[in-house]
Amino acid sequence: MIAEIINVVLLGLLVITAVAAIRLHDLFAVVMVFGIYSFLAATVFVVLDAVDVAFTEAAVGAGISTILMLATISLVGRWERRPAHRPFLPILVVVVTGGALVYGTLDMPNFGEQSTPVHEHIAPYYLEQSKSDIGIPNVVTSVLASYRGYDTLGELTVIFTAGIGVLGILGIRRRREEKNSEG
Amino acid sequence: MLIIVVIALLMAMALALLRAIRGPTVYDRILAANVFSTKTILMITTFGFFVGRPELYIDIAIMYGLIGFIGTVAVLKVSEFGNLGQSGPQSGGQ
Repeated sequence: MIAEIINVVLLGLLVITAVAAIRLHDLFAVVMVFGIYSFLAATVFVVLDAVDVAFTEAAVGAGISTILMLATISLVGRWERRPAHRPFLPILVVVVTGGALVYGTLDMPNFGEQSTPVHEHIAPYYLEQSKSDIGIPNVVTSVLASYRGYDTLGELTVIFTAGIGVLGILGIRRRREEKNSEG
Repeated sequence: MLIIVVIALLMAMALALLRAIRGPTVYDRILAANVFSTKTILMITTFGFFVGRPELYIDIAIMYGLIGFIGTVAVLKVSEFGNLGQSGPQSGGQ
């Protein structure tokens, strides 16, 4: 019961935060609001007992992406320009997509139900065999690093490429400035 | 008892969010975000005691504290120096 109340209040605060992030025009304040948004989302994940997702949300959403957005603000300036177009068509697309997603959740199994495909397909094999197959006590680690090793390798490649891209974007300008100050 | 703590924390979260949205100066918003991260840590710890597995949830709360600290330091650095890449204030001879 109390978990439902916490969920409803936290989701309401999430909606308020999202609307505030759209309405504010000071980008520095928007970054602050985004940080609050990810802390709220991480709390929702913890209340829903998805602790590992909450770890990721806190590290990526509140930690890294705040710093990356601040770095972007120091490049592009603090104030948002007035948009050149009317937002009605994007709002229509977003509302239709959101309605389709909500319609899709109607067919999903109930929260915490045992007989879902996720719990019956291959998870019992992992839980029973990972000790004798891999030999690591932590099942999540053996799934990520061994059973789905190629998947994890692909994810690491994507993250590494994205990191190189961000470093390139942030580094080019500084080098140009140094060249200008020398010449 | 824990229910009262949870309700008080939710109200404090709402007030911090209000200050982050309304806050006239940058520092109000930085402080509001910092307060919000503290409230998140307290909320997770309280929820851990509520569920009955405090040892697991306190680990998560400690990591949230570290992340909130890093974020606050980065935000303050940008608001003070206007740049993340340099170790001190920007030199005047640019």
